[in-house]
Parts: sequence; structure tokens; C-alpha cells
Amino acid sequence: MSHSTVPRSRAEANTPVKTPGASGGAVGGGKKRGTGKLSLRIRFRRDRTLLLMTVPAVLLVLVFNYVPILGNVVAFQDYDPYVSDNGFVAIFHSPWAGLAQFERVLADSEFWHAVQNTFVLFFLQLVLYFPVPILLALLINSLIRPRVRAVAQAIMYLPHFFSWVLVITVFQQIFGGAGIIAQTLREHGYSGFDIMTDPEVFKYLVTLEMVWKDAGWGIIVFLAALSSVSTDLYEAAAMDGAGRRRRMWHITLPALRPVIALLLVLRVGDALTVGFEQLLLQRDAVGPEASEVLDTYVWWNGIRNQDFSYAAAAGLIKGIVGLTLVLVANKVAHLMGEQGVYKK
Amino acid sequence: MTAVVDRPPANEPVRRPSRWAAPPRPAWEEEPAKAGLAAKGIVLFFACFAILFPLWIVVVTSLSSKQTIDETGGLVVIPKDITFIAYQELLGGGQVQRAALVSLGVTLVGTLFSMAVSVLCAYGLSRSGSLGHRWILMTLLATMFFGAGLIPTYLLVQALGLTDTYLALILPSAVSVFNILVLRAFFMGISPELIDSARIDGAGEWRILWQIVMPLSRAVLAVIALFYAVGYWSAWFNASIYLTDQDMMPLQNVMIQLVQKQQRPVGLSAQINTGQISALAIQMAVMVLALVPVAVLSPFVQRHFKKGMLTGAVKG
Repeated sequence: MSHSTVPRSRAEANTPVKTPGASGGAVGGGKKRGTGKLSLRIRFRRDRTLLLMTVPAVLLVLVFNYVPILGNVVAFQDYDPYVSDNGFVAIFHSPWAGLAQFERVLADSEFWHAVQNTFVLFFLQLVLYFPVPILLALLINSLIRPRVRAVAQAIMYLPHFFSWVLVITVFQQIFGGAGIIAQTLREHGYSGFDIMTDPEVFKYLVTLEMVWKDAGWGIIVFLAALSSVSTDLYEAAAMDGAGRRRRMWHITLPALRPVIALLLVLRVGDALTVGFEQLLLQRDAVGPEASEVLDTYVWWNGIRNQDFSYAAAAGLIKGIVGLTLVLVANKVAHLMGEQGVYKK
Repeated sequence: MTAVVDRPPANEPVRRPSRWAAPPRPAWEEEPAKAGLAAKGIVLFFACFAILFPLWIVVVTSLSSKQTIDETGGLVVIPKDITFIAYQELLGGGQVQRAALVSLGVTLVGTLFSMAVSVLCAYGLSRSGSLGHRWILMTLLATMFFGAGLIPTYLLVQALGLTDTYLALILPSAVSVFNILVLRAFFMGISPELIDSARIDGAGEWRILWQIVMPLSRAVLAVIALFYAVGYWSAWFNASIYLTDQDMMPLQNVMIQLVQKQQRPVGLSAQINTGQISALAIQMAVMVLALVPVAVLSPFVQRHFKKGMLTGAVKG
């Protein structure tokens, strides 16, 4: 019997008498994964299949996410794609321009106009879009009939899966010059109704489109936070005489607080990205004056006007400021005691 | 010994509560006020109405004859004479049909490819303590914080010779790190004992993944596959900058030309021009084509959304 028992204490394990159990290291030995006691060669042989499995994804990420980062050198050049047949080889033959492109960008009033539009849209989204999913989640959570809940959720999730092309076209059919509202108004003698091409209301229109498309999807994470609240808390509060409103204030909202804080922080970190596809699709209709944001500015100058170095410089400015915002936002999240996107 | 079974008398029908009925309220919770209930109902109705009404209009208009559309001045709410003529026209060959097939093909191939790559990678990273998994994870995670930027990516895709190939629609967006994280978190939740016992029985990693892990993860696989499929189906930007050949354009891009820029569809018969089919019905029918796959698929997967989203978002 004693041969098969696993040593319980260090002293017992260190006894010179070698029992099969001790030498095998069945419990605390180096065989356990993650202990790092094994030599690299053995670990490689053990995990080579796992490593092999990650190769395709890693390759794709390296090629399409990391290699282009090097391509940002064109921002410091006077890049000419026609120097060589291959646009990549052309980088090596293009003359250096130092920081001239950046100076050009920063001196351009259209760039600053795009910056201004970006921030206006960001603040509108924060004020008009951000609270909607929270309110909808509270509403859905208060439904006690499971079927009604499921149907409501199914309907609200739906628009998230529509493409921006579709969403904007639907809006055009409702609010556009040939749309339903315009038609109805025309029959009653009012003409000229067309929100879709009106630069004045464009920023609200964009926010409304966003609410329509994604507010329903946004409730998921809040619903999860709500469903993790123990009903005991509500019961105890009710026993102590807390009414419906007090329970909402003292139990439900504190339960949502960490999620709200986290999403808010993340949103701020992503402030410079305010809906590229959505704005690009409507750029022609309302004109760049109202719709140009940083992303569309880069697209216009780079892809359309083929001024690659200039656009790359603008994109690099946006990327660096954006990365800083993300890192700062995460720092703030950590300071608030939240997990943030990555751990400390 | 005969077991005494306690069952209701046969003549009394067993009453099951309807699935629409409310479960019993906890004793401590107050009965809701009438006004509150009404307000809740109105808000809920309005929210659902705001989502469904535009879709209803689109579908109904696409099914209406030119006569109906003209009579109502473009606002068809109640279908009168349902006709599939717009769909026959669109799917009878020509630009829209080809675009729909392109979209379908890119979506199918792309989703399969993305799923294969992501599932393999997620499984390869799911064993804590495996060699290098931390480094690989960091490499992937870092891309969630910064992108290379539009211009360098565009130059790279050009340099790789992918322009004017369907690969340009698939490869640059094939891997979503977020989706890999969701899958990985789910795989890590599968009990290690199960995997160990399979290994003891002689199964290698490939067999464990295929016969143990994947069957156990059907829910999250369905969710991720839907995410990828919707991504490919909805994509238009890559096609707009990497493709120059009009014949290769996917459905979304054709929809932009047709509906937003009000161009005439190429390759349709003369019926539109002679006025037998309403151009509006054609536009709406294109939108329905773009909308239907998503609207049909997502409800089937939707009960898994919460679980899938949370395993990824929270533990990630």
C-alpha cells in the first residue's frame, strides 16, 4: 500500500526511499502544464500541434495588420506609386520628405474642419446614443413575460445585422426627398422636405441612424449585468420598505455602474472613430462640409485623390492620437477599479 | 409491488400556463400601476414599430404592382395586388442576379475560411501553459488597439496583387481577433478532465478539437459564424476600393449604385423603360434581397447571443 500512496509532506517526499508515486510526480511535479519546469524542447514537442493550429491566423494578422504598419513610412516620403510596377517596391524608390507632409496636413483648414466634425459627432453620440441602450435594457428587464421579452429582444437585435448601405437606404425611403414623409407632406401642399441632403440636420440624422441600427444590440451587455443581480437583494430591500423607485436607485443602477463606466471609457478611447462607412455613404448626399470626419478625410485624399503620402500622414496623426486616447482611457478604467480592455 | 402514481383524474384536463402568460410575481413586489404599465407598453410598441415599419414598407413595396405604387404615390402600406414581377426581373439574369451570386459566394467561402482559421487559432491558444500562447495572444490583442491605417493597407493589398480578385474581399478582413477571443474563452470553459480523458484514450489534438470541443461549442460556433457571415454579406467598402470590374461587384455595391445614386440597373429587360415595372419596386426588391438572409438567419442564433457575447467580452 505504501508504495502507491502519494507523499503528503515535503519531508516525506525527500526521503531517500524512492517510491513509484514520488518519482512520477503525479501531484506537484513538473508534468503539470504551465509550471515551466520542462525544457523548451519538450514543451515544443508537446505543444507543436497547438502551435501549428495558430499559424494561419497569426500569418494573416502579421500580413494584414503588422506589415502595413511599416507602410506608414510613406507618410515621411513623397511617395510616387508609378516609380515601380509594384507599389511596395515603389516605397524604396520614393524620395524622403521628412515631416513636410505632416506640416501640410496641420496647415490645412479642411483637416481641422474634419477634426471638428469628428468631435461634434462624438459628443452627439455620447449624449443622444449612449443612454438609449441602458434605458431599453431597463425596459426589457422589467418585462416579466418570457415570450414578450424574447420577441422584443429579437426585434431589437435585428437592425444590428443590416449593412449600413441598407440602413441608409431605408432612411432615405422614409426621410428622403422621394420618401414617405416627403410624399405625404407634398400631398398636403408642403414641398421641399428632404432631411437626407440637409447639412444642417445631418449630425442628428447620423446619430438617429446609429440609434436605429445599434441601440437594440447594445442592450445585451446591460441585460447580462442586470440578470446577474440576485433577487435576494430586491427582496431584502422590499422587506426594509424600499419601494419600486428606491430599489431601482439603490440596487439596479449600482449593478449597472461598472458596465456603464467601462463602456463610457471605451467610447472615449474610440472618440476619433465615429462611423466611417456610414459617413462615407452619405458624403455625396450632404457634401463634405457637414460629413467629413478624419476617416473620410483620409479616404478622400488618399484613395480618391491618390495623394498617398499626404493621406498616410493624416491617418498616422489620427492613429497616434487614437492610440493615446485608448491607452489613457484604459488607465482611467483601471484607476476606477474596472478591468478595461486589457488587464494591468 | 405496484407503485402508486399520483396523477390528476383523467376527466380533468391538465391546464398548462400559456407561454405568453406572466409567471407569478414574488410576494414582496408591488402590483404595477396601470399608468406605468401603459407607458411601458407604449414605449415598447413604439420601439418595435420604429424598427419593423420601415422594413414592412420595403417588403410590401417590392411586392406591389406599378399601378398600386402609382396610385399611392409611392407609399404602399397595405398590399393590394401582390406580384413577384420585380423579383422575376432581378433574378432573371443581369447585374443584380450576378451581384447576389457574388455576395453569396464570397459570404460562404469567406465564412468557412474565417471559421476554420479562427477555430484552429482559438483552440491552439486555449490551453493555458502551452508554449508561446501568451506571446501569440499579445500579438493578436495588440491589433485591437491600433490599426495600420487605410492608406498603407490599401498599398499592401495592391502590392500583393489582390486588386480585382475576390481574395481582396476575403483575406484582409478574414480574421477578427474579437471573435477568436470569444471562441477561446468558450473553449477554455470546457472541462479539462474531458480533454485529458480523451487524450488518455489516445486522441490527438485534431481529434479532440473535431470530436470533443467543437460538438460541445455548437452554440458559440453558430454565433461566431453568423458574425462572420453578416460581416461578409454587408461588406461593400473593400469591393469599392479594390475592385474596378463592374461585373465582380457584390450586392451591397450594386445597391449603392441602384438605390442611392439612382442609376438604372444594367442588363434588365426593357420592361422598366416601357413602364411595366415600377423602378421603386425594383429598388425595394434589391433591398429585400440584401435583407432576407440576415433576417432569416439571426433569429435562429439569437438565443445564443448573450452567452457568446459575454464569454468573450467579460473574460477576454
